[in-house]
Amino acid sequence: MYTQLAWRNIWRNPRRTAIILTAILIGVAAMIILAALMRGMVGGMVDNAINNMVGHIKVQHPDYRSDPDISHGLSDVDGILKALKIVLPESARLTRRIRIDGVVSNARESAGIEIVGINPKSEIGMSFIGTAPMEGSPITDSDKNGILIGAALAKKFQTGIGKKLVVTTQRGDGESGSRAFRIRGIFHGDMEVTEKAYIFISLPAAERLVHEKESATEIAVTLARETSSKELTEFVMLCRAVLKPFNVSVYGWKDLLPAITAYLAMFDVFLLIWFVVIFIAMGFGIVNTVLMAVYERMREFGLLKAIGMRPGRIIRMVMGESLFLLMLGCAGGTFFGLGVTCYFAKTGIDLGAFSKGTEMWGMSRIILPVINAGDILIANAVVLLLGLLVSIYPAVKAARFTPVETMRQS
Amino acid sequence: MSAVTARDVSKIYTQGDVKVTALGKVSLTVETGEFVALAGPSGSGKTTLLNLIGGLDTPDGGEVTVNGMAFSTMSSGDLAELRLTQIGFVFQSYNLIPVLTAEENVAYILRLQGVGKKERQERARAILNDVGLEDKYDRKPSQLSGGQQQRVAVARALVSNPAIILADEPTANLDSKTGDSLLQMMREMNQKHHVTFIFSTHDAMVMEAAKRIVSMKDGQIVADKTKC
Repeated sequence: MYTQLAWRNIWRNPRRTAIILTAILIGVAAMIILAALMRGMVGGMVDNAINNMVGHIKVQHPDYRSDPDISHGLSDVDGILKALKIVLPESARLTRRIRIDGVVSNARESAGIEIVGINPKSEIGMSFIGTAPMEGSPITDSDKNGILIGAALAKKFQTGIGKKLVVTTQRGDGESGSRAFRIRGIFHGDMEVTEKAYIFISLPAAERLVHEKESATEIAVTLARETSSKELTEFVMLCRAVLKPFNVSVYGWKDLLPAITAYLAMFDVFLLIWFVVIFIAMGFGIVNTVLMAVYERMREFGLLKAIGMRPGRIIRMVMGESLFLLMLGCAGGTFFGLGVTCYFAKTGIDLGAFSKGTEMWGMSRIILPVINAGDILIANAVVLLLGLLVSIYPAVKAARFTPVETMRQS
Repeated sequence: MSAVTARDVSKIYTQGDVKVTALGKVSLTVETGEFVALAGPSGSGKTTLLNLIGGLDTPDGGEVTVNGMAFSTMSSGDLAELRLTQIGFVFQSYNLIPVLTAEENVAYILRLQGVGKKERQERARAILNDVGLEDKYDRKPSQLSGGQQQRVAVARALVSNPAIILADEPTANLDSKTGDSLLQMMREMNQKHHVTFIFSTHDAMVMEAAKRIVSMKDGQIVADKTKC
């Protein structure tokens, strides 16, 4: 009967109940949508970073990170590749690259650039260049003169497919070396900064440029997408163990992207703070509504005490009404929030208009929200628990009314 | 053992800086099964005395005892328990819970006592039959007339088999015909269930129905007459 009474009581004033339910619904939905959006943004940042020539695991010369020069390339690349294949799962993909700083120029412009020598076929599924939308044609594994440049760079250099560019860098012998390349394709990256940061040539072309044979400055490993953080750490440890004789450094992507790693570590706390901030706004509405309902029914609470209802039961009754309101609001908010999130997870949210800002944070132009069951549970738990907490005040008020006082006032 | 004993009870209210004596050292004894009217004009102290007897308010002096239990020795929880099991209340403005049906209003007090669902329903319906509302079980207060609501209130007061029923001007909001009918019913309940009735009133018709009339004025009992 208590449940029945609480249920009927919340519908005494349908308009007021509808207003507070809407507030809770919007609050919970906002929490879920916001969490999914932020997870999507962070996930996108991580994917972009991994896809942006980082990979899950990277093997480099111990001095390469502090001085990215061809003289800090890997020796015995084949031996390293063989050793890695022993410890990594079959699904793991490996590729070697030569990455060196240089200058690209034509008759109009010149710019500092990162020259990346790749095996184009093995980059498919490993980095953005393997699948990037492209005008013209991709370079082949043995292409000695072809070059791929980004659309933004092509625009800046006012050049196009079939035109020549001169690439200059420091060779393995310490001398400066230059070669002319013909533009085979112009790629479009997720971010404009990527289009301006890299030019791609084949590995043999890069070896010719730096006068080194069978060379590489890094070996990148891409694992299955569902590889957990714990599994990744284990693989990094295994790789370090197996590559000990080669005098190389092995990094997981978290080592290579410390800013994103730090952001990820703080992300859940940020989210919880956001949830509490949203709740605080909602909490005032809940207290106000319950308090109004309590003051409207002063006489009734007086009567209930007169007929022998103990204060504890009155508190439970008022809290029960709050619980119903909160549960209804949470259910509606979860449903609505999930609906909106699912819709945008399919269509994506195009932040193209803010692409400069999003690129600064390494985010994609299209954000795909990511639903996380934990976020939904936490959002509901925050609203339910804090909602009940703030309802204690009006409930205690109701329990403190004395029968004589309420009869006299009404 | 008397049903109710009030010995030298007094109650003083403070209104701003002024102290108003609502009840000044009043003594009253009511025996089990009596049908007593506390009569007097407004401000005579009837409701205050009724509240003190019902344990709804605490006296500033004196002692109230119900069925041998002195209120001064009881905690607020014990008093609530006493009101739940020993005392039934009927208020001037019915005070039914608007979202519950007539049957649920009556059964609610049994729910507070922890009575099972089936027994609650049986007892609530039986008492509603007794007060002539056998066809109004599922009506909400807003769907009942004033007289019918007051009958539900009487049924609610009676359903837990209390020793005493305290009724504060039960006919004040009713027309004379409905009031008379309610009084007849209360009289019948008094005779059938041997429940002690104490009600406050300044209605001549009610006083006529009472066996004993305790007249009050300015917070004092000025007369106490029992009809032969």
